[in-house]
Amino acid sequence: MADPDETTTAAPNAPATEAAGPTTAPTDPAPPTAPLPAPTVVADRVHIAYTVPDGLGGNRRVHAVKGVCFVARRGEAIGLIGSNGSGKSTLLKAIAGLQPVESGTIHTQGRPALLGVDAALMGDLSGERNVILGGLAMGMTWSEITARYDDIVAFSGLEEGLDEDLDDHPAAGPATPPADPAARRRGGLSPHPSAAPGSPLSRPLRTYSSGMSARLRFAISATARSHDVLLIDEALATGDARFRRRSRRRIDELRAAAGTVFLVAHAHAAIRETCDRALWLEAGTLRMDGPADEVVAAYEEFTRTGATPPSR
Amino acid sequence: MTLTLPPPTKAAPAPAARPDEDLQALARHHGLTVSGARPPLPAYVRELWARRDFIASFATARLTAQYSQARLGQLWQLMTPLLNAAVYYLIFGVLMDVQRGVPDYVPFLLTGVFVWTFTANTLTAGTRAISGNLGLVRALHFPRASLPLSLALLQLQQLFLSLAALVVILLCFGEFPAWSWLLAVPAIALQALFSTGVSLVLARLAARTPDVSQLMPFVLRTWMYASGVMWSIGSLAERGRFPHAVVLALQCNPVAVYIDLVRFALVESYTAANLPPHVWALAIGWAALAFAGGFVWFWKAEETYGRG
Repeated sequence: MADPDETTTAAPNAPATEAAGPTTAPTDPAPPTAPLPAPTVVADRVHIAYTVPDGLGGNRRVHAVKGVCFVARRGEAIGLIGSNGSGKSTLLKAIAGLQPVESGTIHTQGRPALLGVDAALMGDLSGERNVILGGLAMGMTWSEITARYDDIVAFSGLEEGLDEDLDDHPAAGPATPPADPAARRRGGLSPHPSAAPGSPLSRPLRTYSSGMSARLRFAISATARSHDVLLIDEALATGDARFRRRSRRRIDELRAAAGTVFLVAHAHAAIRETCDRALWLEAGTLRMDGPADEVVAAYEEFTRTGATPPSR
Repeated sequence: MTLTLPPPTKAAPAPAARPDEDLQALARHHGLTVSGARPPLPAYVRELWARRDFIASFATARLTAQYSQARLGQLWQLMTPLLNAAVYYLIFGVLMDVQRGVPDYVPFLLTGVFVWTFTANTLTAGTRAISGNLGLVRALHFPRASLPLSLALLQLQQLFLSLAALVVILLCFGEFPAWSWLLAVPAIALQALFSTGVSLVLARLAARTPDVSQLMPFVLRTWMYASGVMWSIGSLAERGRFPHAVVLALQCNPVAVYIDLVRFALVESYTAANLPPHVWALAIGWAALAFAGGFVWFWKAEETYGRG
């Protein structure tokens, strides 16, 4: 295979001022032995800058991402870590095509989906109508969303509580779609969803607790449609422990379906558990790219002592 | 939880500073596309069409949410235009007595108010289509024209409710259904195209310069008074205080054209003598110019919406 190798670090010919930060070559400089899975995201010397109005008619330029290069492949779950303001969320938005790059390019397979359906939802409408609206906003047609409505509701666990069997076996394989048992119990999928009167789904979304609405939001975006690339920003920080486990299992399913998942989370445990690879961004530059455990360990070392990762 | 997949990519990290041509070639080799690029116009129209369910239900959801906190709920959709009509009738019909020289003043006034309200609300909604939905624009990928189109559709739904109320009022004032009422359909369709086109322009302007929405009320008020919503442009000509060219210009302004056409269709005493020459050609011309121009101009800035 003529593919170039998997990772490179900060751009060789990035502007000199940006290249100043310490960069580290990734681990394991072994040549590929088997053909690598196909790439889903190729970032080539990406610089992202945006202007922020300072409120006095002037603008301030923020150079958020500086010369980041990486290649993400099918089946990977990649965590993004770094201090606040290090450019993680900006990079995620750029991968989604929602933030233009200043220079460099980001190539993607299909259209990456940022798990950000919250913005489409309306608090005054019932949870049920919000599922439909959110699905349509994610790009589904009317018939697609009505077909998947029950899956989404079952995944959110809002209608009947979370399935006990799932809680008892948190490490069960990702093969079983979590929606199935619940959908079966409902007995026959109604083509036009209508929530039972007592169900939370018939109540306006604004009456939900933050955990409940987070569950519904994650269910809509993660169950809605299979994406080649799914981008998740801090989503796993919400919801209770059982729902977080279920979310993690869903991410594994997406990866098993040969997709790529990007995850921004401040909880390093979530990155360690969910991701096999991590990118560490600091002040907009890519400090480290490698196995999640090593990168998280190096980052934690850095936050504790200010030490930069050891060069290899 | 342990990983269930063997991490497939630990195998091959690179020596730093590979030539970037390799990255570009890799992306091309696997058919990856550049993220966030603006699609060509035909593809853009196809994407919009694929989003038609979202466009329709976003409008309906907005409408439902708008009245969900009110005690009378969806009844306000009908009461708002009726109360508007009552206020205008009180001021212009009773207090100022504009109705001298205008037969059937109430149907004349209400037709004008409802048709104008549609255009005015569509344009106001257009200024907020992008700037008022930045969260949505920044979080999800969809053709941005969905938003102004959806909001225009919402106003069209409101107009239909207003027209239903208008029909009842017309019957009360002794106007009887005639075949000419059907002419209101093409007139309103053209007006909808015109208003949507202008709202697309305003959506782009206001996305860049939010101050546009501060200016809109003044522009709209001037436009309303200049379009003969509450008075007859024709009677202005009869009084002879203004040169003919000024009156003709007022009559040819798009809003006046559409209002006059709907009045011509619905109000019996409002005859063709009140219409400017070539009125249908004007109506079609304004609609085509505004919609095609507005749509293309909006699309040209597609990738910039919602960016800092």
